[in-house]
Amino acid sequence: MPRSWRGGRWLVAVAAGALCILYGAPSRTDVLPEDRADVLGTYYSGGGQDITGMSVLVRKKVGDHVSLSYNHLEDIVSGASIDVRTSGASPYREKRTQDGLNGEFLYGKTTYTLGVTHSYEPDYRSNTASFGISQSMFGDLTTVSMTYHRTWNDVFKMVCLVEDPALDYHCVEKVHDPSAFNGKPEADMDERSYGVGLTQILTRNSIISANFEVITDQGWLSNPYREIVYASPSNSSGFALAPEVDPSTRTSNALGLDYKYFLPWHAALDLQYRYFEDTWHIRAQTAQIGYTQPWHNFTFDGDFRFYTQTHADFYSDLFSAADAQNFESRNRELSSFNSFTVGTGVSYEFHIPHATFLSRSTANFRIDHFLFDYKDFRDLELVDPSKGIVVGSEPLYTVQLNVMQLFFSVWY
Amino acid sequence: MSIARRIFGLTAAVGLLSQLWACSPIEPWVKPYERERLADPIMAFDRNPVSSAYMDHVIEVRSASRGGSGAAGGGCGCN
Repeated sequence: MPRSWRGGRWLVAVAAGALCILYGAPSRTDVLPEDRADVLGTYYSGGGQDITGMSVLVRKKVGDHVSLSYNHLEDIVSGASIDVRTSGASPYREKRTQDGLNGEFLYGKTTYTLGVTHSYEPDYRSNTASFGISQSMFGDLTTVSMTYHRTWNDVFKMVCLVEDPALDYHCVEKVHDPSAFNGKPEADMDERSYGVGLTQILTRNSIISANFEVITDQGWLSNPYREIVYASPSNSSGFALAPEVDPSTRTSNALGLDYKYFLPWHAALDLQYRYFEDTWHIRAQTAQIGYTQPWHNFTFDGDFRFYTQTHADFYSDLFSAADAQNFESRNRELSSFNSFTVGTGVSYEFHIPHATFLSRSTANFRIDHFLFDYKDFRDLELVDPSKGIVVGSEPLYTVQLNVMQLFFSVWY
Repeated sequence: MSIARRIFGLTAAVGLLSQLWACSPIEPWVKPYERERLADPIMAFDRNPVSSAYMDHVIEVRSASRGGSGAAGGGCGCN
């Protein structure tokens, strides 16, 4: 028997087994998500940047088989991160908007999901189309899902055309800078994502979810604003800057696990873990523990998250020359670092008088504190040869961020 | 025994077991009426989707890793 057919025979056997599983599953229908609306206000502060934002999510069933949702998001970024400051650019102010439309279609125990998202920034435009399918089985103990996303990105670089130093944000008018893309006004970057998921009820008190996702990118993967630092003894500072050059392809794998346990005193424990690796030789791990405690009309949340990653193989804090290697990056998102996050939130449930069409409402507040502890990204602003602090010997960079969220949710 | 034979034998065993398992009725070991605690809102994986989507974006643009959470989003967070 040819080897290829021998393999195909087992594939047929496994497929037949899968069909038996689906056929043997009871035919009770699944359920669509609840109708709800959320309005969120956010404030982010740290690292020289302030970001204020808002987001609205509305979800509504249409008949018994369709649920539609719409999400609008706006972020206004102002200030200057360490990357902007060390490049010599001025603080800036910029707005990002994102709109997403999603539909879920329920047929028996199968849910199909279709979605489109459009994100707009002056220097970054992104369109995403997504498709997903999920199937409940074994008396709804198990749900398996598959997802596919395709994203088309246009990357631009903005430069300031007119400046007014009297303003908080000096730049009055920005234009696209084609010099970053070999004379073209923009560069393309495409992304494809393939995911499979499994949600499994383990006991009366516990449930687990596992998601595996492969993401592959192709195109302009460099950040047009990020620059490498290389030794330049002829400069008084001892260094000079040059644009980063990343590879044009990247593929990553991520496996995430989420375990939830219902505690006897009406509380929930949440344990999460994620492992990540990619073809740039970055390895990352995330561990998170969360606790939820209802009390009268309140629900309190607290969680702690630890994240660690290794650097990309073409990353260096300081290169020996501008063209020391084919690919070069000093993008701190590609460096080695640890990050710690402590978060806490409170939710208050109430009924709005006379609003009989609302089944319940909540007011929620949440704050998260982040600490990023970089292992091989140094604080270039502290280089001062007159004090003996030469490039490569300056202290490592650390940054602390606070994220606050205030949001209202209603169910109808 | 070669590694190929071992892999083939293991695949055959798993295939046979999956056939037997798949075509026999499976009794849910947690009955629907025993899932009251799992249906409690505090046990939802994503209790506040608008909030968690925002946090996922904040985290993703500040690190190299992505995926594995079932979330999708746009935007660069470049500078």
